Amino acid sequence: MSGGGQLVFLICGLIALVSAVLTVSLRSPLRAAVALLAHILSLAGLYLTLHAHLLAAIQLLVYAGAVVVLFVFVIMLIGPSAMPTTEGQPRGLLLRVAIASLMAMVGGTVAFGVSTVDRPYVDIDQCAGPAAECGQFGGVEALGHAIYQQAAVPFELVGILLLVAIIAAVAVARGHTPEEKRAFEERARKKDAEAAAAAE
Amino acid sequence: MEIGLGTYLALASVLFGIGAIGFLTRRNTLLQLMSIEIMLNSVNLTLVAFNRWSPGEAGAWSHQGQVFAFFVIAVAAAEAAVGLAILISLFRLRKSVESDRADLLKH
Repeated sequence: MSGGGQLVFLICGLIALVSAVLTVSLRSPLRAAVALLAHILSLAGLYLTLHAHLLAAIQLLVYAGAVVVLFVFVIMLIGPSAMPTTEGQPRGLLLRVAIASLMAMVGGTVAFGVSTVDRPYVDIDQCAGPAAECGQFGGVEALGHAIYQQAAVPFELVGILLLVAIIAAVAVARGHTPEEKRAFEERARKKDAEAAAAAE
Repeated sequence: MEIGLGTYLALASVLFGIGAIGFLTRRNTLLQLMSIEIMLNSVNLTLVAFNRWSPGEAGAWSHQGQVFAFFVIAVAAAEAAVGLAILISLFRLRKSVESDRADLLKH
């Protein structure tokens, strides 16, 4: 593995480890969700070092784009009872201003740095073999070919699985409206009365 | 320092351990679901690493590990959706997301 690939691996692996520990140890679920987001982003970086370009993109789309957002939505929906019962002391205004200005400085540096660099070259090592095929390993074309050629039926089944999961999630999370609950109780009472009449 | 297949597998096993410890020690159902996601992601990392070190011949690449990881991601997304729906349902019932409070079948 080349030096650039090693560096990417070390940075992403370290971030993955630290953010995983933070995810399972932080008290506030919202902070844990943000740590999980960092974990997922660093894993996408690790996939890049393994020449799995499409999988890294899917990781970002599905996990960072959908799963973490779902977690945050549920935390917001549940509200304060998802939070820890004992809140830490609020820190001073000075610290918040310092952190915000630091973040603004870093963001500005990155933005201006990117605007002046022309074609950044990330040195991830090449796989063995001709260059034409090497560019394809783990790419959209090759992986799509593999999925549709070797795993077409499971791919269709995953579509059904996701549909069933959506329906199940809606059905489980929806709950009953007051009208439905009243109708259900009415039906139960009628059934009880019929049973009592049959017993007599 | 040479980074090979073993390095990736070691990292993935440590991540899986962290996820397992989180799942077993935390009592907040949200954090338990997040720990499950960490464990699934670590398994995906091993699959992709194995695929990288046995990629087949040039021109006929084998992507079996990546295809498998793709399906794991899809199933994990479905799992997260259903798990969070159950969590909301439990919260309606118990006004709490602690897994210790889900004891309706216990008594």
